[in-house]
Amino acid sequence: MATTIAATAPVRAGSNGMLIATAVMAIVLALAPFVGIYPVFVMKALCFALFACAFNLLLGFGGLLSFGHSMFLGTAGYVCAYAAKSWGLTPEIAIVLGTLASAALGAVVGALAIRRQGIYFAMITLAVAQMMYFIYLQAPFTHGEDGIQAVPRGRLFGLIDLANPYAMYYTVLAIFLLAFLFIYRIIHSPFGQVLKAIRENEPRAISLGYDADRYKLIAFVLSATLAGLAGATKAIVFQLASLTDVHWTMSGEVVLMTLLGGMGTIFGPVVGAFVIIALESYLARFGEWVTVITGTIFVVCVLAFRRGIVGELSAWWSRTRS
Amino acid sequence: MQALFGQLLIGLINGAFYAMLSLGLAVIFGLLNIINFTHGAQYMMGAFIAWFLLNHVHIGEWQLGYWSALLIAPIVVGAVGVVIERTMLSRLYKLDHLYGLLLTFGLALVIQGLFRHEFGSSGMPYQMPSQLQGGLNLGFMFLPIYRAWVIIASLIVCLSTWYVIERTKLGSYLRAATENPALVQAFGINVPRMITLTFGFGVGLAALAGVMAAPIYQVNPLMGADLIIVVFAVVVIGGMGSIMGSILTGFGLGVVEGLTKYFYPEASNTVIFVVMVIVLMFRPAGLFGRER
Repeated sequence: MATTIAATAPVRAGSNGMLIATAVMAIVLALAPFVGIYPVFVMKALCFALFACAFNLLLGFGGLLSFGHSMFLGTAGYVCAYAAKSWGLTPEIAIVLGTLASAALGAVVGALAIRRQGIYFAMITLAVAQMMYFIYLQAPFTHGEDGIQAVPRGRLFGLIDLANPYAMYYTVLAIFLLAFLFIYRIIHSPFGQVLKAIRENEPRAISLGYDADRYKLIAFVLSATLAGLAGATKAIVFQLASLTDVHWTMSGEVVLMTLLGGMGTIFGPVVGAFVIIALESYLARFGEWVTVITGTIFVVCVLAFRRGIVGELSAWWSRTRS
Repeated sequence: MQALFGQLLIGLINGAFYAMLSLGLAVIFGLLNIINFTHGAQYMMGAFIAWFLLNHVHIGEWQLGYWSALLIAPIVVGAVGVVIERTMLSRLYKLDHLYGLLLTFGLALVIQGLFRHEFGSSGMPYQMPSQLQGGLNLGFMFLPIYRAWVIIASLIVCLSTWYVIERTKLGSYLRAATENPALVQAFGINVPRMITLTFGFGVGLAALAGVMAAPIYQVNPLMGADLIIVVFAVVVIGGMGSIMGSILTGFGLGVVEGLTKYFYPEASNTVIFVVMVIVLMFRPAGLFGRER
């Protein structure tokens, strides 16, 4: 068996280091709007960071490469936007509904996709996501090419007006940090350990009595749910749910963020998401070159930089200390 | 009735392209164990080379048209494929196969981005070769000659590929290397070179499909991007265990798609994916696949 995809993942930092790093990240993000960083940019990056963390849970710790994660981002976005706009629900309920829709979709798609492994798994998820794309393209409630526009941000719990940029910003930050800690908790739980064991050697995990398919399915549903949370939050922030979020390019983008940041690392997807979103907003005026540069980063990462930014940094850190 | 036969014909044409593309994917997968995501981009390159030869290349009075493109495009694109295999893919064989998928996905983005930058995203028409214009009236339907040619030519290409792989000595080396490359190498056969040439061949097949598609569909930088996802579904349905399986599944699904266009057009975009879901439920290894 060839080296598994995340076997190059570095040893994790000690628990204390993790907590300190998380606290530093939380403080930096909490102060960001006051030091002149454009809040909309950070909110966008946070939504994608959560999306990439959810994806990394499946790829980096479960060893399953889904090439169709856009369907979870997009489905939750559409359901959330529809609930907030057409049913007039409060944002938190709309987000919960969107997230649940992705969880349900994740359960169905996951049950199908884990019947095949490796490359087939990637192709199946990609094909199902493309099917969802065509369904959303034709379904009347999504308004096709236009998407669901002018989604009201509403009042959080009926009290806090999210039209206020600061209220919106800290809501997104709170959602991101809670989900981030939740993912950290999953990875370091007994469930996460079994998942890693299955990634490294599935037959052995099965021989030890673990129902590998069940663990993979649970990991898939968790990942789909958290990706849905990212999509639903994004729909409220940008007041828009559109086909862009269900297209296969979005699935490729989340793979890239995770790969660039470092798959199988806790902070990698966050770093990757911020770098890619920054790059895209900087390069937006160069038109088609964005695709070319994105593709080039992919190629370079795969050929020469498989550990990603965070992976390389922590490998360097452990080298200098020893 | 006319409309039904018309849709069936379009289905067969699409099926011809599914068959040629999934065949190339299957041949590459058999030996390299990677799924070539660049396949759609290489199909597009084939169409562009045909377009370029027809519109921009003249040797004296003689114009390089469709017929020379059928030969030149696969060779050029195959050569590019050989370079990609030698310089990039060959570094990944010892790693998880998913890295090959990621690399070829990145390359597809680069190629499609460059072509879009150069040619824009609107399609360009391609003049049908004069020998294949016109059509035949079969009584129950009108059969454009070019479409008949595409179906027949792709059948010939697919069946000769099947013959070479399943019935010749070269093919037996190939099949042996698919089963156990180390052993075949021990018998003195240059397996790395065989891998390189196989990749070049599979990619050349995609380019050939691209040339044949140029007069039917518009020549467009994104013509391969969505097609390749459908072809992936075709590959999952057929399973990559058998060459004949890929051919039959390709044509069969084209016909299924054509029938859907006639009876329930709303589902024509999704029907192949629905078939994939059903096949996965009852025969996870695919119709012709083996569990590995």
